[in-house]
Amino acid sequence: MMIILQIILFIVFAPLLSGLITKIKNNLRMRKGQSIFQPYYNLAKLFSKDEVISETASWIFRVTPFVVLSSTLAVAILIPVFIFVSPAHKIGDFLVIVFIFALGRFFLALAALDTGSSFGGMGASREMFISSLVEPALCMVIFAISLQFGSTDISAFSGMHAITVSSLVATLALFLVTLAETSRIPVDNQETHLELTMVHEAMVLEYSGRPLALIEMASYIKQMIFFFLIAQLIFPIGLPTAHLAQILPWVLWYLVRIGIIAIIVALVEVIVAKMRLFRVADFLGFAFVLGVIATVCVILGV
Amino acid sequence: MLNLLTKNLFLFDPLSLFFLAVIFIVSLPSLIYSLGYFSPKANPPTAEKGEYSAAKIMLAQVLLLAFVLSMALVVSVNNCLIFLIFWEIMSLVSYFLVVFDTKNAKSIQAGLIYIVMTHIGTAFIIAAFMILRNYAHSFDFFAVKNACQAMPSQTRNIVFLLFLIGFGTKAGIVPLHIWLPYAHPQAPSHISSIMSGVMIKTAIYGIIRFVIFILGVNSSWWGVLVLILATISCLVGVIYALMEHDIKRLLAYHSVENIGIILLGVGLAMFFISLNLPYLAVFSLIAGLYHLINHAIFKGLLFLCAGSVYQATGTRDIEKLGGLIKKMPQTAAYFLLGAMAISALPPLNGFVSEWLTLQAFFLGAFNVIGGCKLFLGICAAMLALTSGLAAACFVKAFGITFLAQPRSHYAQNAKEVALSMRIGMLILAVLIVIFGLAATFIIKLLAKVSGSALGIDISSMSFSLNNFTVTPQIVKNIYLSTPLLALWLIVFGITGFVIYKIFGRGRPVIYKTWDCGYYKLDSRNEYTATAFSKPFRIAFSFFLLPYRKTQKIRESFYHIKSFSYETHTTKVFKKYIYDPALAMVFKTAKSMRRIQPGSIHLYLGYIFITLLLLIIFMRQF
Repeated sequence: MMIILQIILFIVFAPLLSGLITKIKNNLRMRKGQSIFQPYYNLAKLFSKDEVISETASWIFRVTPFVVLSSTLAVAILIPVFIFVSPAHKIGDFLVIVFIFALGRFFLALAALDTGSSFGGMGASREMFISSLVEPALCMVIFAISLQFGSTDISAFSGMHAITVSSLVATLALFLVTLAETSRIPVDNQETHLELTMVHEAMVLEYSGRPLALIEMASYIKQMIFFFLIAQLIFPIGLPTAHLAQILPWVLWYLVRIGIIAIIVALVEVIVAKMRLFRVADFLGFAFVLGVIATVCVILGV
Repeated sequence: MLNLLTKNLFLFDPLSLFFLAVIFIVSLPSLIYSLGYFSPKANPPTAEKGEYSAAKIMLAQVLLLAFVLSMALVVSVNNCLIFLIFWEIMSLVSYFLVVFDTKNAKSIQAGLIYIVMTHIGTAFIIAAFMILRNYAHSFDFFAVKNACQAMPSQTRNIVFLLFLIGFGTKAGIVPLHIWLPYAHPQAPSHISSIMSGVMIKTAIYGIIRFVIFILGVNSSWWGVLVLILATISCLVGVIYALMEHDIKRLLAYHSVENIGIILLGVGLAMFFISLNLPYLAVFSLIAGLYHLINHAIFKGLLFLCAGSVYQATGTRDIEKLGGLIKKMPQTAAYFLLGAMAISALPPLNGFVSEWLTLQAFFLGAFNVIGGCKLFLGICAAMLALTSGLAAACFVKAFGITFLAQPRSHYAQNAKEVALSMRIGMLILAVLIVIFGLAATFIIKLLAKVSGSALGIDISSMSFSLNNFTVTPQIVKNIYLSTPLLALWLIVFGITGFVIYKIFGRGRPVIYKTWDCGYYKLDSRNEYTATAFSKPFRIAFSFFLLPYRKTQKIRESFYHIKSFSYETHTTKVFKKYIYDPALAMVFKTAKSMRRIQPGSIHLYLGYIFITLLLLIIFMRQF
């Protein structure tokens, strides 16, 4: 029951978040911009379109959308949203999230290579490069947080009740990681289809119709998950342990918090320029160092 | 008589039984596989490797059996001297298997590097045994173990370092890994699978048996040293693997990486035992042993798959392959499974053991103080980096070899391999899934092995994946359930598929890959392995020191007829450690030649002087 509710919440609101970010970005650039519901229209459009599959592609290309979607949904039920202990918490702890995301990414990169287009190969190579550098930074952030909480349980995020120096530094590190993982500027640019700059878009270039809709949906949900994690860290207010009656106000408050994160991301995207691919190593190296600093702060007890 | 022999010669404690299990789990499928691999009609169309005669195939099978038997004896004897004898037999037999392709100059060279390195390692082990013998006056394991209690700590440190170098050479830890990427790829593929899957694990057995079990860990720097070496091995192994496009050598470099991951578990166990944290020590060793058996399974499988590809296409260069998923669907599926397991993707076995190792770091960090926390955290982050890079490497290995269009005629004419080879691969593929899903049971078994190796009573500790009793007082609710995870993944996957079908209108259109209106897209437009690893080559250029060679052949000043481009990376360990060392050996040998001018009188004089010195020596001492 809780699991289904949680999935519905993610599926319903995740595209809105992307729409919101695009709208804010457009408004900041003095443009009118598209409606914040545009992602929904896009999904609806994709669902009614025909699908074209490359003749070089194998079954890897066909199963990938489902693997990507199912791995993202598996993470979506793992994190505690409504109540303190997530409904599916017996699946795994915090570290498992990193591995499950790796599953989806692995298949997406293979599917990109599958069609034999050089765009796909380019995207796969870059995505695997960025994601492998993300891992130590993310691991360090998780390390700092779980060190503070004394467990790698996922409720570690929700278990914090006060902002400390270490949680602030960890939040910043997680924010940088999120920019990289959700293909945002300065690491990647969702708006472009220029071969010099695109990473995620290059990987899914050959997809069309319903499979593309599923992949898009998965990346919306992934983005929402990362925003949620940041929101939990920076607004350390625990979760209710009670049931349905108290949940509605929580959902609202929860969406407001995520909305604030989305606004910050939009601001960053407008202000910062996209960086060269090889500079990403420095960017994520910085996130790793922040993770180390957060750990030191935890050890020093601040 | 037999009873007496077994009683005096063999030791079947849980540790030995565990290693015996590892040996046979990988050797049996490899044996089945070899039936098809050596079958006369299976030679590749291009026959790069040359035909094998019936006698030679017979020899190979005999050597293979001798190899497996010697490994089994290495891990089950209870006497240092006999251990050494079987250790040496194992090394020699594997040398003959490496140089099995006697017509190939590369094999001979690889064999030479292998035999030299392995004997340097053995020399260190012998030195350690001699020191131990000095104290114990016996070669029996238990006598030595008792004698070690009374050993001064200075001597213990020296013995530890000797063992670490000696077994480290065989295991292939950096910087002693130099032989591994040469020797493993040159052997026939099922031998590579046993060498990489099992033989290098006997070195881990040596470290656990002699350092942890017999010598006993009493200073914490031992564990720290092993952890640092293991972390370096992980990173160096995987970075070199990323640069490689010979598929078997790529896998060999991954063995260096995975030995590093295994040693992270072993090193953590040593570290915790010196800090007197018995639960964590047992837990870390479980993680190490779990990864050990997992690596044996998936690396065994991957080498068998690589062998199938080699047999079907006649090349090991992945730049010449591609599109094999359509020609060899079963091999491709097995390789994919192996690649997923080695990249630690859930819910397969590699994921469980890497998660356990990470968890050992995290649990350890909760229980140590100050800077140690940070050290463990950074090691854990490096492990995360390793697994990220490994995933990238296997996207490359699988994607370039099996996906898209064939890049050459080698791949164009490939066919699925013989049934016996597929059965060999199937067994290991099934084991990958079982070891992923049945993690809870396996951990309980490994707890016994780990407890007995460390000499810790585990009856009051509980080991499962959903309840970590770190100390009796603190119980952490950390869960991992691979069957549940697999179930949810499948449920969501099916849900996605159902949605896809419900909204579906008609069948998908099959059409060309989008090519910007060029309409002549062929395999030359595909991304290559070298291109795929380019970002990594640049990011790690401080270590890889890449350089390129370009050559332009001009028809005239304006027109370039052909252009060749090569990119290479510098093997820093070879260039800055081994080459200078080798040069020094040659230089010394050259100067030694001066005492051998070829005059018989001088030689007689040498004999006389030697005799005199010996007589003096005998009188004096």
